[in-house]
Amino acid sequence: MHTANLLPLVLVIAVVAYMLAFMRSRTVAEPFGGIRNLKALPFYYAARAALWCAIPALILLGAWTAFEGKVIQNVVVSSLPADVAPKSEGEASLVLSQISNVAAGKLDPNFVPKPVVGAADLLENLRDRSSNFKTMLVILIAVLGGGFAWSRVQPHINARENVERTLRWIFFICAGVAILTTVGIVFSVIFETVRFFGKVPITEFLFGTTWSPQTALRADQVGSEGAFGVIPLFTGTLLISFIALVVSVPVGLMSAVYLSEYASKRGRAILKPLLEMLAGVPTVVYGFFAALTVAPFISDLADIIGLEASAQSALAAGLVMGVMIIPFVSSLSDDVINAVPQTLRDGSLALGATQSETMKNVIFPAALPGIMGGILLAASRAIGETMIVVMAAGLAANLTANPLSSVTTVTVQIVTLLTGDQEFDSAKTLSAFALGMMLFIVTLALNIVALKIVRKYREQYD
Amino acid sequence: MNTMNTTATRDVAVEEQEQKTQPVEDPRPEQAELEEGKTVGVPYVDDPKFRLRDVEVFYGESRAIKKISLDIAKNEVIAFIGPSGCGKSTFLRCLNRMNDSIDICSVKGSLELDGDDIYNSKRDVVELRARVGMVFQKPNPFPKSIYDNVAYGPRIHGLANRKSDLDEIVENSLRKAGLWDEVKDRLDATATGMSGGQQQRLCIARAIAVSPEVVLMDEPCSALDPIATAKVEELIAELSESYTIVIVTHSMQQAARVSHRTAYFHLGHLVEVNDTNKVFTSPEHEMTESYITGRFG
Repeated sequence: MHTANLLPLVLVIAVVAYMLAFMRSRTVAEPFGGIRNLKALPFYYAARAALWCAIPALILLGAWTAFEGKVIQNVVVSSLPADVAPKSEGEASLVLSQISNVAAGKLDPNFVPKPVVGAADLLENLRDRSSNFKTMLVILIAVLGGGFAWSRVQPHINARENVERTLRWIFFICAGVAILTTVGIVFSVIFETVRFFGKVPITEFLFGTTWSPQTALRADQVGSEGAFGVIPLFTGTLLISFIALVVSVPVGLMSAVYLSEYASKRGRAILKPLLEMLAGVPTVVYGFFAALTVAPFISDLADIIGLEASAQSALAAGLVMGVMIIPFVSSLSDDVINAVPQTLRDGSLALGATQSETMKNVIFPAALPGIMGGILLAASRAIGETMIVVMAAGLAANLTANPLSSVTTVTVQIVTLLTGDQEFDSAKTLSAFALGMMLFIVTLALNIVALKIVRKYREQYD
Repeated sequence: MNTMNTTATRDVAVEEQEQKTQPVEDPRPEQAELEEGKTVGVPYVDDPKFRLRDVEVFYGESRAIKKISLDIAKNEVIAFIGPSGCGKSTFLRCLNRMNDSIDICSVKGSLELDGDDIYNSKRDVVELRARVGMVFQKPNPFPKSIYDNVAYGPRIHGLANRKSDLDEIVENSLRKAGLWDEVKDRLDATATGMSGGQQQRLCIARAIAVSPEVVLMDEPCSALDPIATAKVEELIAELSESYTIVIVTHSMQQAARVSHRTAYFHLGHLVEVNDTNKVFTSPEHEMTESYITGRFG
């Protein structure tokens, strides 16, 4: 039976085990005078039966599915006679794809050597047997597990504790998944980064002021000297993020203050979702808004006051990005401001402080950690944002602090490096991973610094 | 301690009651119809601090306070007692307009502080609250240092020009609150780390740091242990020399110990106001008597 069908089947068996154990626990409890004389409620006996039924079966199913393909392949390949047996890894994958194509009927058996046809038969045969065997074993284990738990529905056994412990492990594993994913991503980036630093010295990467990621395709190519100085990219990123934060932090904070302290209940119920809608607009829409409306407007405006502005500018991208991240600041800040106890407000108001004095002196310091969290989220959003920058700020890696000129950011460069045809081991492609690594380190450092600051200045109210 | 004492007094009072009116059939007597705006005892005084007439408070449609008239004298301690939900806290919060922050709450009637209308639309709430301070049920020190808590009000109102003036105000307030000796070495420590009783006395110090004329106290001891309660009560007795104090309390012993006059509230009515001694020994209204003898509430 196919895995996709086996999975619901196991769940059905678990449900059946649940119901049987539930009924049995009631029956068992009868002579003792009702379920209150059991060590645990019927629900726990039933839940334990379901867990016993499902977990071992699912683990087996998972393991089988994971290893089945590899084992069968090895058996098939080793069955080939010496003259067609593959000599290298590359050959092996060629032969294997031949075999499986024949087995799937995509390849005419007449075009391939005889042993391959035989191997294809073997492959199909093995797959069938494996599938049947897996089905039987999984069902058997599910039934056995359920049966075992069912037989252990006894008044003196504390099923509640078993269930609690199992649940704790399940929660732990779920929490671990996120961490493992992060670790995995970091490691995969690290390996490529190390390879990149094998080609380009790390000092050049960190301190170079020119970014021109070209590598020669041929040894005699002219004008293909690459430059991998990362400084212009980070300057661009920081410039745009800074502009975005300058827009979003004051506006977001003040709208949060208005929402939580001044607006009526009704007003808040209407305004807050409206504000949060800003975060729901696709960034590509913001992108063309920035490129087609804001950037030309800024360039016209700069012309009028006699400044020179390029058609694509950091200012345009930053302003629009700032508007985009307003809800990150306002929504989170509003929540934490609301969470500050009313008694603190009353205390301040009763001393004759005005609403804004109360806000500034009491609410704000108490809500600081949450507000900082909102700002950090907004900042990482700004640093990671790509689409708006591509469209509104351009691709030119200028090292400048002038918001009216065209700049580019780390994320934009990663995108341009990895899209399009490129050999995968050239310095040009690998530099994308190094950039990603740098970005990761920088945002991590920002987070740590911000946490330190918050811990220093927070006024803890509970 | 409060509950224990309450029960003890109750028993004594009930015994007295039983001797007077034998036999007692129904422990919960028919509640007399309360006439709106009618208060027995002595609700009015000469030259009052607060002159309150026909005060009504609405929460949306429902009327929480029903035509209450009362005078509060200068430098007296008046206790508001009554069963939960009788409106005593609501009434208290009218005196410094703390009800303003509740959208659906509206106040009618005439409320005057030293002859000036409290609810006049031109009235400066900041000035009013500087004169009428408040201490709350749960200690609510700001999560700042002890010093900053006390200095908060003086800073807001610009009461000190120099740092040394401010230091003096802080020290005086803490001394008056009986807290100075306990905290003088750790004025920079955060106030939330103090014990509950200390926190509440800090809140009192914070309230008197702006030199108010009146201090409102909304069940100031309900979250405190007996020893802390005793300290706060002592403090109230001392403060009554220089301030007018209005205290809401659930503990009749506390009312008896600290107040000069006691006002009994019931379902938004002000039933009786009398000298504290009289209220607890020979109340005029039968409902007051029922309440202090523990028949309801």
